[in-house]
Amino acid sequence: MDWVYSEKVKDHFMNPRNILVKENDFKYDAKGEVGNMKCGDQMAFYIQVDPKLGTISDCRWKTYGCASAIASTSILSEKVKGMKLEDAYKITPKDITKELDGLPEHKIHCSVLGDKALRAAIDEYYKSHGMSEKVHKEEAKIICQCMNVTDEEIEHAVLEGARTFLALQEKTKLGTVCGQCKDKATELMNKYISTHFEK
Amino acid sequence: MKARTVYLDNNATTPIHPEVKKTMIEAMDIYGNASSVHSFGRKARRSIEQARTSISDFIGATPDEVIFMGSGSEANNTVLNIFTCRCFSCAVSADGKCKEIITSKVEHPCVLRTSECILEKGTPVKYVGSDEYGRVDVEQLSKMISKNTGLVSIMMANNETGTIMDIKRIAAIAHANGALMHTDAVQAVGKIPVDVRDLGVDFLTFSGHKLYGPKGVGGLYVRKGAVFCPMIHGGHQEQGRRAGTENTIGIVGMGKAAEAMKHEMPADVKKIKTLRDKLKEGIKRSVSDIKFNGHPEECLPGTLNVSFEGCEGESILLYMDLEGIAASTGSACASGSLDPSHVLLAMGLGPEVAHGSIRFSFGRENTEEDVDYVLGKLPGIIERVRKMSTAYTGKGK
Repeated sequence: MDWVYSEKVKDHFMNPRNILVKENDFKYDAKGEVGNMKCGDQMAFYIQVDPKLGTISDCRWKTYGCASAIASTSILSEKVKGMKLEDAYKITPKDITKELDGLPEHKIHCSVLGDKALRAAIDEYYKSHGMSEKVHKEEAKIICQCMNVTDEEIEHAVLEGARTFLALQEKTKLGTVCGQCKDKATELMNKYISTHFEK
Repeated sequence: MKARTVYLDNNATTPIHPEVKKTMIEAMDIYGNASSVHSFGRKARRSIEQARTSISDFIGATPDEVIFMGSGSEANNTVLNIFTCRCFSCAVSADGKCKEIITSKVEHPCVLRTSECILEKGTPVKYVGSDEYGRVDVEQLSKMISKNTGLVSIMMANNETGTIMDIKRIAAIAHANGALMHTDAVQAVGKIPVDVRDLGVDFLTFSGHKLYGPKGVGGLYVRKGAVFCPMIHGGHQEQGRRAGTENTIGIVGMGKAAEAMKHEMPADVKKIKTLRDKLKEGIKRSVSDIKFNGHPEECLPGTLNVSFEGCEGESILLYMDLEGIAASTGSACASGSLDPSHVLLAMGLGPEVAHGSIRFSFGRENTEEDVDYVLGKLPGIIERVRKMSTAYTGKGK
């Protein structure tokens, strides 16, 4: 019978790899936590680093999330083992989605948590090991001055399904006062659509 | 292949009753247009009017008070839209002003979304809250209502929690203030006794596929003498209240369903309630850190809504699906939005609890073996989800 997700998603959902059952069971060098319960999803990623090679030697994760969050993080946890920290940092949700043989479009937003948590863990490692200069600052920029809407919120609206400026306005209320940000917001929206959804 | 499937999502939709199926197959040969004067048309007319009588019998109305429509959603939209009419000739807007509507925070989206829409068109809308069980707060409603209120629209039973509202009392309050009363009884008709006269309502919505009838057909009870204004124009069908050639097969099916449920409902209710209670007790025994949502007594016999601490609803749902068990989540994650259930939030539940809630809803075809099967699988599924959860703090079992 057809399932909502691909066979690969089903496999990882049924048998998630590298789950952290108890914090004491795994000696980790850094931990990254993202998401919150209010939004209904939360992710924690734990890494063990080989300091000589600069690679992730082992990892574990935990989540309060739906099937696509579980499957994407499970496959991510397999992928990053042995990977250099710099390379692991560059993994995008699109890479993961591809490996999972796709996800339904409306579930893409659930899959972005895993790599976010991984980056948070790597940042944490850099900070605690005297490499703070390597931490990427991902500070939100305000795009719509009137309604105080940031690029992060635009990205979130795209992940939640916004594909037109009108839909973007409905979700974020940006550009509803002076309208000066319309071009910049549309450009960003299209950028995020291609980042997350173009095959 | 799956060893077994268990359908516990009867609030979403019900399987077609075998007699309904038989009647509908026969009705496929009735192809005349019920508005035609010839024998083919008259045959269709006869079967539609027979269905109308069955429905009106079932809800305590007279046949001319029943209007067939395309769905329960259409019926709800129609009622709310009556009160946006500004035509000079329409009785609704006789004084040229739109009166306000009072509805509740726990209504079905087809009422809530329509309310937002008619507010934009200029009809004021107020929302009454609910208590911790999801029961509409009657005290708050009596304070909110005024001479400016044109309509009070409150659902009879909630789809997510099964909580039954005190419609009789609310209707009395509405009428005492000169307002009309509508109830969306889509989840009630076929599950509990519904009598429009006893309830004292002016409008009541019902739907075919929630009472073992077909999808794509529903309707509205409109009390004789109540104001009306059609939403779909262009035909004299349904007393000019809903244009469009009648869906003969659907209407006949829904009529048969009402006829069957009139006889079978009392026994069904008993059986369904026993099964629901068995599942509730079983979950209580085998799973820790849970919370049942909805009113402990004033509740549909077949609905069980339960929150599992630290569990995300969609994962539970999909693990159950892989075992052949069909239920539903209070969280809307599966439908594309991360917003938790507006009903559970209105009851005062935290978003984290609302995200982890599952609705089991029983129907006439469920058996004791179904419950045993679910109780055999569910504790393991919950344990599995909790093991990987960042949010589970309990000890487990």
